[in-house]
Amino acid sequence: MSAFDSVTAARANDRPTAIDYITRIFGDSFIELHGDRRFADDKAVIGGIAELGGKPVTVIALEKGRNLKERVERNFGSAHPEGYRKALRLMKQAEKFHRPVLCFVDTSGAYCGIGAEERGQGQAIAENLMEMMTLKTPVLSILIGEGGSGGALALAVADEVWMLENAIYSVISPEGCASILWKDSTKTAEASECLKLTSQDLFKLGVIERIIREPKTVDSVMFDSFKTLIGQTFEKLSAVDTETLLAKRYNRFRKF
Amino acid sequence: MNTSDIFNFLKPKNELENQGDTLAAQNQPFIPDELWVKCPVCKKPVLSSDLNENFKVCPSCGYHFRIGARQRIEITADKDSFEEFDADMTSVNIIDFPDYTRKLKNAKLNSGENESVITGKAKIGGCEVVLAVMNSQFMMGSMGTVTGEKITRAFEYATEHKLPVIIFTVSGGARMQEGILSLMQMAKTSAAAKLHSDAGLLYITVLTDPTTGGVTASFAMEGDIILSEPKALIAFAGPRVIEQTIRQKLPKDFQSAEFLLEKGFVDKVVPRSKMKETLTSLLILHGSVPEKTEEKEGDSQ
Repeated sequence: MSAFDSVTAARANDRPTAIDYITRIFGDSFIELHGDRRFADDKAVIGGIAELGGKPVTVIALEKGRNLKERVERNFGSAHPEGYRKALRLMKQAEKFHRPVLCFVDTSGAYCGIGAEERGQGQAIAENLMEMMTLKTPVLSILIGEGGSGGALALAVADEVWMLENAIYSVISPEGCASILWKDSTKTAEASECLKLTSQDLFKLGVIERIIREPKTVDSVMFDSFKTLIGQTFEKLSAVDTETLLAKRYNRFRKF
Repeated sequence: MNTSDIFNFLKPKNELENQGDTLAAQNQPFIPDELWVKCPVCKKPVLSSDLNENFKVCPSCGYHFRIGARQRIEITADKDSFEEFDADMTSVNIIDFPDYTRKLKNAKLNSGENESVITGKAKIGGCEVVLAVMNSQFMMGSMGTVTGEKITRAFEYATEHKLPVIIFTVSGGARMQEGILSLMQMAKTSAAAKLHSDAGLLYITVLTDPTTGGVTASFAMEGDIILSEPKALIAFAGPRVIEQTIRQKLPKDFQSAEFLLEKGFVDKVVPRSKMKETLTSLLILHGSVPEKTEEKEGDSQ
């Protein structure tokens, strides 16, 4: 499979979105919590508390929407500053109540628009990067579709970062890269190769800890084993004392 | 710039204006080295020597010409106080990106520097600081691995030696040619800034024209105090990207320093001529003890 095949798969309309993962993994135990307490409730970001193996976990996700109506409502998964601020509020809440944080990342990028700039998109992302680095509770981020630049990183400063086999993670979209490099935004296939954005590439570069295999058709077996894996990982991370956890997180990013 | 530019002010008005637009549109650093230069904003000719004496600020309209990192250090740090860190650290084409090796070589030739940031220890108004100054002449101040590494090391040094950090930012954003590793620099620098902050130390950012993308979305916006030069463009997404996304023209002065001040994202807009004394005052208010000898010799430009 080429890099561009991954780009296509990561963006496919029928690909499961964060809501599918939350529903299939946490079922009815998920209670959604809304708003950033500053400005609004950004529907591109879903957040809440759920139960995993008898223990509470905070779940935060970038949601693209599963059909056109939902996609419009969710702004196609591109969050405004209030989305990142909602995420941070829920992370701080998780820290206070000593529960781990699970993030699902799926976005083409943070939204580029007038309101987003006026309300400090850059500042909101920067604050998340800084605060997540010393959040005193385990954080696991999973890239399930598109990982678009700073808008994805703002939910991916974690103790472990995983990727679905066909997810992508990149500093710039292949289209953006192609139009800068060759003044031709249609050369996406070439740009996709250059950017080293596939799960395999990123594993080799040490950017992610684990690649999650994707079955041909999404089935409950995948979600069940996924759930077990997440549970085991939180158990492992929770057993580490906070100081060691944070030192490891620092070094995880310090190495780049 | 060639010698015919001396006669810029004799050319027809519309031609002059077009030229000004081109300069601004190309986003190129405008470094005057001839006798006369034309201000790209008010279009008035200025004597180069007058411009230099005035911190490269147009005496007619107050436009702040872009200046290089070395000159910035010269007008900010006390004379001979700057001790550079990691001067020889240099980027390589880590992910084998097309044309990057050549681009790096050109950037080095054009700027005379090894990377898009210069870091070191300095005194400002007699106060000891760690100073990082980004350089628009090196790949438009884009953030590569070495940029991130130098800034991270600067923070770590400051944390270890209990020193304040001052960073002058200018950047087109993350460096595409280093792929995901350039994105990781945002997390890395933020991590180092956080540990410095948790140690109770002062971090001041000075945003200069233009500060955008991954630098805005990381250490530029993480200062305890965020200053800016007048009219600097400060953005997460640049104006062209936004116009393409929303398909409408942006209001004038959108994303200017003054706009961010109004929206609450900048503490204070400080003209270049007042920057050194503003920084000195802030440093002293945060417990820096100035060495008395430096300032009286009048070593600031």
